[in-house]
Amino acid sequence: MTSPGEKPFTLEEPDPDAGQKSKRMALVASKGGLDEVYPILIMATTAAALEWEVGIFCTFYGLDMVNTKRMHSLKVSPLGNAAAPPPLKGKEFGVPNFISMLPGMTTVATKMMRGWMKDSNIPDFDEMMELCLESGVEFYACATTMGVMNVKQEDIMPQATCLGAAAFLDFAADADLALFI
Amino acid sequence: MTIASDELLDCTGLLCPIPVVKTSKAIKTIDVGQVLEMVATDPGAPPDMEAWARQTGHELIEQTAGDGEYRFWFRRTK
Repeated sequence: MTSPGEKPFTLEEPDPDAGQKSKRMALVASKGGLDEVYPILIMATTAAALEWEVGIFCTFYGLDMVNTKRMHSLKVSPLGNAAAPPPLKGKEFGVPNFISMLPGMTTVATKMMRGWMKDSNIPDFDEMMELCLESGVEFYACATTMGVMNVKQEDIMPQATCLGAAAFLDFAADADLALFI
Repeated sequence: MTIASDELLDCTGLLCPIPVVKTSKAIKTIDVGQVLEMVATDPGAPPDMEAWARQTGHELIEQTAGDGEYRFWFRRTK
């Protein structure tokens, strides 16, 4: 950072970051709800904009993020979520769990969240994934989860790499920041 | 406040992470030494854009706030 007393920037001044290794962030995506993958996508796109290297290990339900059969239809469940926002913006009344358990309520909650995101000009899941990929964010599909949940290699989006915990930890060991979400 | 800018990026009405992502893309479209002006309405923008400049090394020359609008001038350094 420059303080007012310091001399102004000149083109001849050497770049303080030149030749330095960029920072690295390792993320573990363990959940596959639409509301649960947004924090991952926001952290990843932001870190990439800060010119950090980003790798996301998609494991357990988080594998849905890179599963082409499921990634375009991620959902939000209103059931059992004490912090579920009221259905109408600005109105402070919650929905009782016994209503949230009725058939179709997951679809309703998902549509509602998509609507809120759209109204706030937040890109949808597909657009956020596109932003990640075009900025160089790497996706790793957990090999064990693929085996356990019977997900085939051809179901994983082609940009993702299939690997196990050892390979991810090898990447994460050199990270400046690691988050489990 | 008038600072000559080479490019103007409008991020009004956009929330985190989009202003940062768009600024990061836009700075690559101007030449080293040129100035990018960005305007946002997200109250999180001032600390976020300061952090972005710190992390990327691009220079935050000036910033202003008023009427719910935040304006930033960045010089591309690399």
